[in-house]
Amino acid sequence: MPPVPLIELREVTKRYGQGPVVLDRVSLTAQPGDFVSLIGPSGCGKSTLLRLIAGLNPISTGSITVDGQTPEQAAAELAFVFQEPTLLPWLTVGKNIALPQQLRGVAPAAIAATTQKVLDLVRLDSRARAYPRQLSGGQKMRVSIARALSLSPKILLLDEPFGALDEMTREHLNEELLAIREHQAWAAFFVTHSVAEAVFLSNRIVVMAAGPGRIHAEIPVPFAYPRTAQTRLSREYHDLVAEVSRVLRSVENAAA
Amino acid sequence: MSKRFLNILLPAATGALFVAVWYVVRFSMGEEMQFLLPSPGDILTALHENAGSLARAALNTTQGALLGFAAAIIVSSLLALALSLSSLVRVSFYPYLMLLQMTPIIIFAPILVLWVGPGLHSVVVITFLICFFPLVVNSTQGLISTDRNLVELFRMYRASRAQEILRLRVPAAFPYFFTGLRIAATLAPIGALVGDYTAGSSAGDGGGLGFQAIIFSSQAKYPALFATAAITCVLGFIFVAFVISLSWLVMHKWHDSYERADA
Repeated sequence: MPPVPLIELREVTKRYGQGPVVLDRVSLTAQPGDFVSLIGPSGCGKSTLLRLIAGLNPISTGSITVDGQTPEQAAAELAFVFQEPTLLPWLTVGKNIALPQQLRGVAPAAIAATTQKVLDLVRLDSRARAYPRQLSGGQKMRVSIARALSLSPKILLLDEPFGALDEMTREHLNEELLAIREHQAWAAFFVTHSVAEAVFLSNRIVVMAAGPGRIHAEIPVPFAYPRTAQTRLSREYHDLVAEVSRVLRSVENAAA
Repeated sequence: MSKRFLNILLPAATGALFVAVWYVVRFSMGEEMQFLLPSPGDILTALHENAGSLARAALNTTQGALLGFAAAIIVSSLLALALSLSSLVRVSFYPYLMLLQMTPIIIFAPILVLWVGPGLHSVVVITFLICFFPLVVNSTQGLISTDRNLVELFRMYRASRAQEILRLRVPAAFPYFFTGLRIAATLAPIGALVGDYTAGSSAGDGGGLGFQAIIFSSQAKYPALFATAAITCVLGFIFVAFVISLSWLVMHKWHDSYERADA
């Protein structure tokens, strides 16, 4: 008998009121350890899909199970990283990271220990007392990721977290994200516009099509983890980036 | 020349120029009309001569302004919280808040005296009414203008309604609250003065600055009248300086408006 998937979407359709269908019968599963990137043209509903899994919006028809429960019931297993760092400007880095634990009523001593641990993971332990406005864009995003990791989620949902950063910072953070995963096992759903980023990070790439949003293709990424900056130099990496780009372009052309 | 030096020199020069113009205007008026514009020297003398009664009046006005200001802060904050909770409540009450703001309080001052009694009571109520509107409008706006992403973050972490209000909406409203507070701080001493002018009396406490103004005016003691105005100005400065300091204390570490000073 196959194991129960960590995340299972069955024929998920999303429609806001009587408006157009945003997502049409999307089926998708993920196992522990999966890193799934969602890529596709604007309006293909990839961010919406992420929000449905997070339980931030209700689905119209179909079903989503997370660890055998509804997304709402599984809230403790899920963490979301928004496009923006979404930090509270009046709290220090340390207190921003402690916030989810405080909201959940974790004991102060445990909060301090966990906050220290995730700060170390994102290599920001020296900035614990800084305020968000004193940080660079990349540092803010690392705080946002540290906050998401503070509740030890089983699944991390990331909605284009590095979209606003420059290329160099983005590549560094991609490497860091994978490095963190060597210490903490979580499955990831990662929305991005960057094919290179998707290939570097994921073991599966889901290419979506628009109008209505649906899954067009699933492309496995066979490279073994851990991956490093060296991975980007390999021939296989470049070939796969070219292949995924080709599929993505065919989807975009079909829509046009 | 250093910027700091210019920052002192320029306002001082403007002030000197202003006083010079003042004297020029005064001397061009002709001697028989000069009583209409006392010289700064006359005003200082009047300030000295009436020091006792002016100090007592200033104290009374300060007391009225402080009490009215404080009451307005407390009541407006509570009301803003209530208004922020539901758009239905906002829709129901907002027109009447506007109406309250448009109401010329000075017309109601005489009847207010009958309702709450003359002196301090009336002064506090009038100050309260004048300070209330900018406070409630700004605080409400602040409480409902919370960054949508942050609200979503709190929902994501299944924060309770109380947690969302206390840990997110209230601190996010601080910049708006302090904007309202700064406006109200300039209005409080003026409100107290107006209250005292229309509803004050010498009964009991000897009245405030507004009452003094009436007396000086009726006695044609114009230098003393100017001195009364000057004291009201100083009172206003103290109120505003206090609010600006408070706002700095609360926000300078994190709010963008203080970025330059911090960098």
